[in-house]
Amino acid sequence: MDSIAQLLQLIPGYDAVPEGLRAYLPMLVSSVVIFALLALVVLFLVWLERKVSAHIQDRLGPMYVGGWHGWAQTLADALKLLLKEDIVPAATDKVLYKMAPYIVFLGAFAAFVVVPFGASSFVSDLNIGILYVVAVGSLSVIGIIMAGWASNNKYSLYGGMRAAAQIISYEIPSAIAIMTVIIPVGSLSMVDIVNAQKGGIQHWFLFRNPFIFLAFIVYFIASLAEVNRTPFDIPEAESELVAGYHTEYSGMRFAFFFLAEYANMFLVASVATTLFLGGWTQVLPAFIAPQLLPGPVLFFAKALVLIFIQMWLRWSLPRLRVDQLMYLSWKVLLPISLVLVLGVGWLAVY
Amino acid sequence: MLTYFRNLGLGLITVLNSMGVAWRHLFTPSVTLQYPTVKWTMPERSRMRLFNKMEDCIGCGQCARACPTNCITIQTEKRAKDEPEIFASDGTVIKLRTYVFDIDMTLCCYCALCTFPCPTHCLTMTGAYEYSAYDKDDHIYHFAKDKPLTAKTPKEQSPEKA
Repeated sequence: MDSIAQLLQLIPGYDAVPEGLRAYLPMLVSSVVIFALLALVVLFLVWLERKVSAHIQDRLGPMYVGGWHGWAQTLADALKLLLKEDIVPAATDKVLYKMAPYIVFLGAFAAFVVVPFGASSFVSDLNIGILYVVAVGSLSVIGIIMAGWASNNKYSLYGGMRAAAQIISYEIPSAIAIMTVIIPVGSLSMVDIVNAQKGGIQHWFLFRNPFIFLAFIVYFIASLAEVNRTPFDIPEAESELVAGYHTEYSGMRFAFFFLAEYANMFLVASVATTLFLGGWTQVLPAFIAPQLLPGPVLFFAKALVLIFIQMWLRWSLPRLRVDQLMYLSWKVLLPISLVLVLGVGWLAVY
Repeated sequence: MLTYFRNLGLGLITVLNSMGVAWRHLFTPSVTLQYPTVKWTMPERSRMRLFNKMEDCIGCGQCARACPTNCITIQTEKRAKDEPEIFASDGTVIKLRTYVFDIDMTLCCYCALCTFPCPTHCLTMTGAYEYSAYDKDDHIYHFAKDKPLTAKTPKEQSPEKA
């Protein structure tokens, strides 16, 4: 936000803006920037998802819209969803029904406040950064339960309840896996975590010690479940629940759920990049290769690799059963992550 | 405890296996044909739209009799004696003037039974498969070019309508 405030200073006549307004203008601008960035990233990710899924299934995917490999397909789809009729079923709880998609999106959107895209490209360096991400990220559960409950539809309700059970279960191992990084850094701030990994690939926490490497895998699996991706997509299991918690939604509200899903994917990939893959820092150390690429490019490249693995897993694995899901969370990931925290702590002490 | 870790390892290996399968398929060439721009070459003698080469047709009506769905309608009249003799491409004398030769492709069941009795091999099934139309009547193909000379009312030959 400081850099955005500095950029705003360059606008001629900015000083004429009243003092009270000037305090809020950088906030407004940075939220608009984050929203635009998220919308762009989501447009790209939806296209990528369709392409990756198509090629894994020996198809081509969208090929016509926009010319080159159907790059404008999601643009056209978003436009179509915008123009669709806004259907609110008669028996719904109107207020909750209308509010739910925005709350689901808010969870992903607000967490990007602390994500450092580059050395100085972040909205705010909160000293509780990663805790804030975990806390705000779980806001989307409330939105999902709201959507499931307010829809007054048995499939929606099933989806909402399953999502709640799943996301809350998997937040525990993911938060504990995050702790393995916090122990060596000694700070919750995302910027401090990235700064601790400067200097090339051997300084990334992923390759720092074996416990954190395993913690990355635990975090990755748990984050898949947190964003309801296959193989953990039982909240929106098409073959069982029509569409889960967003069964009754259509048009723009459905688009918001879609936007939230992909924004959440990008969020967990960003968090994993920041914590384990060195965020915006260079891949190769300075004595091997010149540090040419700017930080944000590297950040997006690393996040994109993780998102590709998410998509790759989605199209390779079948959906888990509910009991298998709970087994994986409580009996596999949680004990392993606890052991990993102990291991990292032991390494930090001795 | 041992089975717990064995199951864990087995699960990890199977996940990696399935990811490997997906990775291989990611780079196998796609089987998709970009339909309107790229078209499948139809196999030889594929049974699609019927075509009648009117110059060779002697109007014998064997095709109409063979048709199980009665989709071929033929009406003919005798050519006058003083008209010049015309021949089909295989040398058969054409004694009848076919002034109606209609095939209703909406009725056609693509069995190709009509093409076998044709003595001059003028009625054939082509490989054309894109002939959707906005009007149902556009699927009735009128092959006859001649007009009847005698001014009598055309007599229905189709056994269904008779």
